[in-house]
Amino acid sequence: MEVTAGWYLALGAVLFVIGASGMLLRRNALVMFMSIELMLNAVNLTFVAIGRHVGDLNGQVAVFFVMVVAAAEVVVGLAIMIAVFRRRASASVDDLVSLKG
Amino acid sequence: MIDYIWIVIALPLAGAVFLHFFGSRMREPVAGVIASSTIGLAFVYALIAAADFFSGSGEAETVHLFDWIPGLGANAELLWDPLAAVMTLTVTGVGALIHLYSIGYMHGDPRYGRFFTSLNFFAASMLILVLADNFGLLFVGWELVGLSSYLLISFWFTKPSAAAAGKKAFVVNRIGDVGFLIGLMLILANFNTLTYGTVLEDPARFVTAGTATAITLMLLLGAAGKSAQIPLYFWLPDAMEGPTPVSALIHAATMVTAGVYMVARTAALFELSAFAAGTVATVGAFTALFAATIALMQRDIKRVLAFSTISQLGYMFLAVGTGAYVAGIFHLFTHAFFKALLFLGSGSVIHALDGEQDLAKMGGLRKIMPVTHLTMAVGWLAIIGIPPLAGFWSKDEILAVAFGEGGWYTFLWVIGIITALLTAVYMTRWMYLTFWGEARWDDGAHPHESPPVMTVPLVALAVGSAGFGLLNTPFHGPFKPAFEHFLEPSFEAIEMAHLPSGGTPWMLAALSIAVAAGGALFAYRKYQGAAAFEIAPAMPRRTAVWRWVSSGYYADDIIGNLIVLPGKLVAAWTAFVLDSEIIDGSVRAIGGGVRRISGGLRPIQTGFVRNYAAVTFAGVIGLLVWFVSRGAG
Repeated sequence: MEVTAGWYLALGAVLFVIGASGMLLRRNALVMFMSIELMLNAVNLTFVAIGRHVGDLNGQVAVFFVMVVAAAEVVVGLAIMIAVFRRRASASVDDLVSLKG
Repeated sequence: MIDYIWIVIALPLAGAVFLHFFGSRMREPVAGVIASSTIGLAFVYALIAAADFFSGSGEAETVHLFDWIPGLGANAELLWDPLAAVMTLTVTGVGALIHLYSIGYMHGDPRYGRFFTSLNFFAASMLILVLADNFGLLFVGWELVGLSSYLLISFWFTKPSAAAAGKKAFVVNRIGDVGFLIGLMLILANFNTLTYGTVLEDPARFVTAGTATAITLMLLLGAAGKSAQIPLYFWLPDAMEGPTPVSALIHAATMVTAGVYMVARTAALFELSAFAAGTVATVGAFTALFAATIALMQRDIKRVLAFSTISQLGYMFLAVGTGAYVAGIFHLFTHAFFKALLFLGSGSVIHALDGEQDLAKMGGLRKIMPVTHLTMAVGWLAIIGIPPLAGFWSKDEILAVAFGEGGWYTFLWVIGIITALLTAVYMTRWMYLTFWGEARWDDGAHPHESPPVMTVPLVALAVGSAGFGLLNTPFHGPFKPAFEHFLEPSFEAIEMAHLPSGGTPWMLAALSIAVAAGGALFAYRKYQGAAAFEIAPAMPRRTAVWRWVSSGYYADDIIGNLIVLPGKLVAAWTAFVLDSEIIDGSVRAIGGGVRRISGGLRPIQTGFVRNYAAVTFAGVIGLLVWFVSRGAG
């Protein structure tokens, strides 16, 4: 059985849905971060797969951008999480409701 | 010498700038000495620069300093001609004496330095006005004297009446300035330039008589504001709230003559319009009479002189309106001396009585203040027109010329003679109540003669008031009309009105001497022998006519109710209805609306991150569905 681009796309879709579900269902901020990473990487996978399928390098270029932005976002996000955790001794995002309208 | 004539302006201006920064830190007489010397030096410089005019060999010269608005012909250019020279010498000469006098008068004032700053600033402004070679620069000087006049009237600004008087003078002057400005625009529209040379050389080439009438009537409005003529006279009596030297310098000798000077300067335009010239003369004559009647019934030593100034300015307007420009300027010149003298003398009296200004509480000062009394007597005889003092020659020339013109001007001459009679009456009353009769001072007053720094200027001005009339007598020999010859180059192109020929001037002179002497005698007899207790209660005689006239015919009330009150009502409506209800209301309504709408939208922001994420996902899915279905369709 040959592994075609369709398989990669299906895997990407599955990973994305797992990430999105984790994002919506978990309240621990750390886990939510991991879910976001999962979604980003799912998208990366689809980029690479499609890029290879149509023979275009731009797919891989986009992946690099996503990785760079993701790395930066994690650095900032984790720093915020640590600061919040120090103040509240809790990593639950449902406690952070002070911007409620 | 003449190339550097700007030094005359620069000296007092430099004094003002210097004193502005350092004047308040100086010990008392220093600021006054500096201010007096700058203006004194300016006088000396002007005297030397005018030397050629005295010898009759001088010619009018224009000095270009720098470009200002070349497109309008309004550059920083000065004109040095006999008329400018007379004005400059009057302003700096009388001004220097008044500066000197102020050193003594302002003794002990907490803002001594500031006073001399403003005084020097005024002198510089006035010199810009008289030396300007175009209407643009004239207007700059015109506005600057208005400003410095405001600063000096309200010099004692902690007194509400002084602050209000300054404001009133400024606002009333602005009304005249609007007319003046319209006049300048009309000149610009018709002549394409504001330079005197082009406008005044032969205006008939550019404008018709009708346009000239419009221009000159607008200029007249400006002149009436500055020179306190009907209908814009009523700021001047209130301007007496300022320190007395200010009243002498600005509101008697110099600034108020700016209107007369301006009419004389633009004589070429007024010549084109007999109607405008007649209006000037009529306004002048009626103002003279009107103010003289009010002066009859004033209690305040300075207000008598204020109305007297308005009245004398009326004579000057009568002169320039009749076409007797030299006579008008000559009266301006002699009046500067005797009115400055009278004001400074009354300042000396006020000083001696510790600020008392009520004529009812004076009297009997003749022996105590001999110098002041003698110099005042000279000023008194000069203003009522007793020969050979200055006022006689200048005033009678005006009246004789008006008589010689005939027609309507004969009627104006009658008004002038009646005014002369009233002048003699009210000035004698003023003299009697101040210096003669019994003493009526408050208990505890210790009058004393003023220090020499004040009496020396009085003596100098008294000499001028006594002698300078002889500069322009209609005789031959040593008393030839020198003043007229001096000014002739400035009015070469103008057809001037002259004295009637033959014996008429002699008869007119005899008549006016008789009128002056009669008026003086009448007033003297009225008060002679009256005891102190008779004079003081008699002053505010409670008849309706007395109240009507002494209040200035209720002019202030009428203006207050007809103009100021509606203005205040409009202002109140704008402030409390238009602004705070309509404009503020609409702003508040917009703000409230936004607040209500946003209140409705607030629940969307739950504060739960996962809520937002869910909405985002739903949105993404929705978009996906939409795109896919479209792609399929």
